[in-house]
Amino acid sequence: MAKNTHDVIVIGAGHNGLTAASYMAKAGLDVVVLEKNEWIGGAAVSRELYPGWKYSNCSYVCSLLRPEIMRDLELYKYGLQIIPYEGSATMMRNGDYYAHYHDHDMTINSIRRHSHKDAEAYERYSRDVLRQCKIIKPLLKMTPPDLTSFKPKDLFGALEFAKHFAAKDELGGLGEKEIYDTIRFYTMSIRDYLDEYFESDITKAHLAGSAIIGTALGPCSPGSAYVLLHHYMGEVDGSVGAWGYSRGGMGSITKAMTGCLNAHGGEVKPDNEVVNVITKNGRAIGVATKKGDEYYAKKIVSNLDVKRTFLKITEESSLPGEFVERVKNFKIRGSSGKLNIALDGLPEFPCIPEGDPGGGGDMHFTETIEEMEGAYDDWKRGEWSRNPYVDMCIPSKSDPTMAAPGKHYMSVFIQYVPFNLANGGWNEERKQEFGRHIVDCIAEFSPNFKDLINHYEVRTPLELDNEVGLTEGNIFQGELTMDQLMFNRPVPGYAQYRTPLKNMYMCSSSTHPGGGVMGAPGANAAREVLIDMNIPQTGNYY
Amino acid sequence: MNRDLRFTALKKTPFHSRTSLASRTNKYYNWNGFTVPTEYSTTELEYTAARNGTSVMDLTPMCKYMINGSDANRFVDYLVTRDLSQMEDNTVAYIIWCNEDGKVMDDGTIFKFSDTKFMLCCAVKIYNWLHDSAEGFDVSCEDATDTTAALAIQGPTSCSTLKNYGADDLELLKPFGMKQYNINGYDVLISRTGFTGDLGYELWTNPANAENMWDSIMEAGKELKIRPFGMHALEMTRIEAGFIQTNTDFMAAEDSLRPVRMRSPYEIGMGWLVHLNKESYFVGKRALKKEKETGNSERCLVGLDIDGDKPAVGSVIYNEKKEDIGIVTAAMWSPTMKRNVALASLKRPYGIKIKENIFAEIYHPEELEYKKIWAKCKVVKRQFFSPERRNKVPADLYE
Repeated sequence: MAKNTHDVIVIGAGHNGLTAASYMAKAGLDVVVLEKNEWIGGAAVSRELYPGWKYSNCSYVCSLLRPEIMRDLELYKYGLQIIPYEGSATMMRNGDYYAHYHDHDMTINSIRRHSHKDAEAYERYSRDVLRQCKIIKPLLKMTPPDLTSFKPKDLFGALEFAKHFAAKDELGGLGEKEIYDTIRFYTMSIRDYLDEYFESDITKAHLAGSAIIGTALGPCSPGSAYVLLHHYMGEVDGSVGAWGYSRGGMGSITKAMTGCLNAHGGEVKPDNEVVNVITKNGRAIGVATKKGDEYYAKKIVSNLDVKRTFLKITEESSLPGEFVERVKNFKIRGSSGKLNIALDGLPEFPCIPEGDPGGGGDMHFTETIEEMEGAYDDWKRGEWSRNPYVDMCIPSKSDPTMAAPGKHYMSVFIQYVPFNLANGGWNEERKQEFGRHIVDCIAEFSPNFKDLINHYEVRTPLELDNEVGLTEGNIFQGELTMDQLMFNRPVPGYAQYRTPLKNMYMCSSSTHPGGGVMGAPGANAAREVLIDMNIPQTGNYY
Repeated sequence: MNRDLRFTALKKTPFHSRTSLASRTNKYYNWNGFTVPTEYSTTELEYTAARNGTSVMDLTPMCKYMINGSDANRFVDYLVTRDLSQMEDNTVAYIIWCNEDGKVMDDGTIFKFSDTKFMLCCAVKIYNWLHDSAEGFDVSCEDATDTTAALAIQGPTSCSTLKNYGADDLELLKPFGMKQYNINGYDVLISRTGFTGDLGYELWTNPANAENMWDSIMEAGKELKIRPFGMHALEMTRIEAGFIQTNTDFMAAEDSLRPVRMRSPYEIGMGWLVHLNKESYFVGKRALKKEKETGNSERCLVGLDIDGDKPAVGSVIYNEKKEDIGIVTAAMWSPTMKRNVALASLKRPYGIKIKENIFAEIYHPEELEYKKIWAKCKVVKRQFFSPERRNKVPADLYE
């Protein structure tokens, strides 16, 4: 049994764990990251499961990753390059399509084909959503204040938080009306929200997609509008809401982070699953691995979701009962699946004209919000959606490193897929049945699609739970609803990355500001650790 | 309607039929008397092509001169500050040249075919200067701008694209090497040079081959993320690479109305191209030697890493006491590095001895009002971005 001592142990080499580790290593600490899988990256990985094809196995597009983090960690030096999307499209059963483009005016022209009014409403809608994004952006970097505390830090923090909603400088004076709008946005359903702007079904269906991806809410569920905002608050170089591919797949992000960590003396140890947090008198002092090794450190930072951290690897007896109860009640329902497909050529989608940049990014085939809600209804019954909402893209159309020239990799994200499948749960047979179902759905829009398939990987919430470690397969490590956001994330009283155990911290997406490959929880958590250790921080993030 | 062709506002390059077809936005500008696209679709996507796939740019408007004759080697060595006496055949060198006062006239590239045959490429016209300087040398200088079509093919997949086009063994060509090919029945000179600071090549051919070359390369790069690339995207890549541009980052000596605007090589970070120990005399040597000895260079051109994400376009640079110490000549938010970078001309000792505690005053337009930002800057290496693939031999292939 080996005994190892470090300044900091990070549990889990996902993007947040690596972000936190890199910031701490940059500040001069001796950091080790323990990862259960043989590969690094958590849900930001690129693995070659079929020779010659690289898959972005889990997360597949990049927008939310904070540019300040990329800058501070100098990720370009370690090979990170973001490739912006050219557009997106929803295919229609009547042979037509609806498209959005990188260029705003091209998008307006495109919407106008479906509704003259919607084309103009889109300007108003973009402005309103952008305004909300601008309000929320500075909050991402902040540690949420504890609203019940009278510590100066929390009082100032609350003031700071409030300031962003009423800031006159940043937004030219947010009036009463805009504050109401914000509150409405955070609590409304996306259907109701979009109904206030648009008339055509296809416009609404295309836009509503962002509000349901990854969540266990339907488009008619209150709170789904916020999920759209969550997907919009990212940016690609100042174009807020823009998405892009990470060159080489999402694994390039965690690979680059590992490069930064190594350059600052830190280390990732794959194939080292932490099974237990070692505590002493209410303090976390180390961890034990499945292999039987023990690691000791001054600080322990968990990148596992809040349920795994406190219900699986921490002794319940070392935690306050109420806290454990709150963690148990944390909503983390899985609702998504994924297919990663190796294609022998480029599939034809006759709905989208050849060369139209609309086909360069995400493609969908859900034409109405009602269809989307129907897909959600299936999930509620414990079934996968018979007519699912898919977010499919072919990264190899833009990225030359995913497959050989002329060959293609297709990523298909599927909403909704239950964790607890009705009638006996998941098994290999039902997983393959699910995979075939999705292939059939896509083939309806692409005559040559099936013939091009060399191999595909099917991912259900169960795989995401077992392999990646996302409880119930929830991609955000916890639902993005108001009761679980900001000072309530993951549980009230513990939103500042600290835990009931002294010297133990959380940096996963279960913490503020939540999921998506954003890195903000990791960077925020590193800041809190450094504050507690009295280590000065520098960089663009802080 | 027949137009009298004696009057032509702007010339078209031999690629015009193709570039105009590729342009979705119809945005053009005047480059050295030619009409060329500033942007084909979206600058951001074009820029990305240069860092991700293959970008194609019509370079024809660049000034090109053929220098032939038994004294050609001696002549170019006399003309430029760099010691070219040891330059090998079939290589290219980056050069600058000065006037007799040691002020920089332009930068460019010189292509050596043999001791008696060179090609010079640059931004500012120097036909007269070449002829005047050639007095006493057995050389002929011919303007080949209109008679040579040129394309820049740049980006990580550029080598694969050109191999598909017919440039066999191109991956073995070293940086600043060049090789003569015959492709589709036409002579094409390919050099491993470029203005993007990445893996990339430049192709030189007869205008009669232009359309065939464009079409064939577009076909060759079809699966390699090829995209035509306008001037705006080029500006982004060249700033990241830290390349300077005449009359943007410094005034060409012969174009400067105000003599105080003229710059010596030492004042624009080009001191490394001045070989004072070169045996023979070169234009400006006396003045440059004196400047070097007395150390009286007044300015410097440096790279800046600027806080925040608002590009410092046109910003004045200040010291801690709010004294004006220079100006930003080019600035951008770098999509690849996620850094706010700039090139700046500073008054020494700022930029040389004093590299911290300097500030850029940025006026960021926000819906008809300016937000004034006082951003901290750090002097850094001007070459902000230089990926490993840029100089790798053999070059990266995508197969």
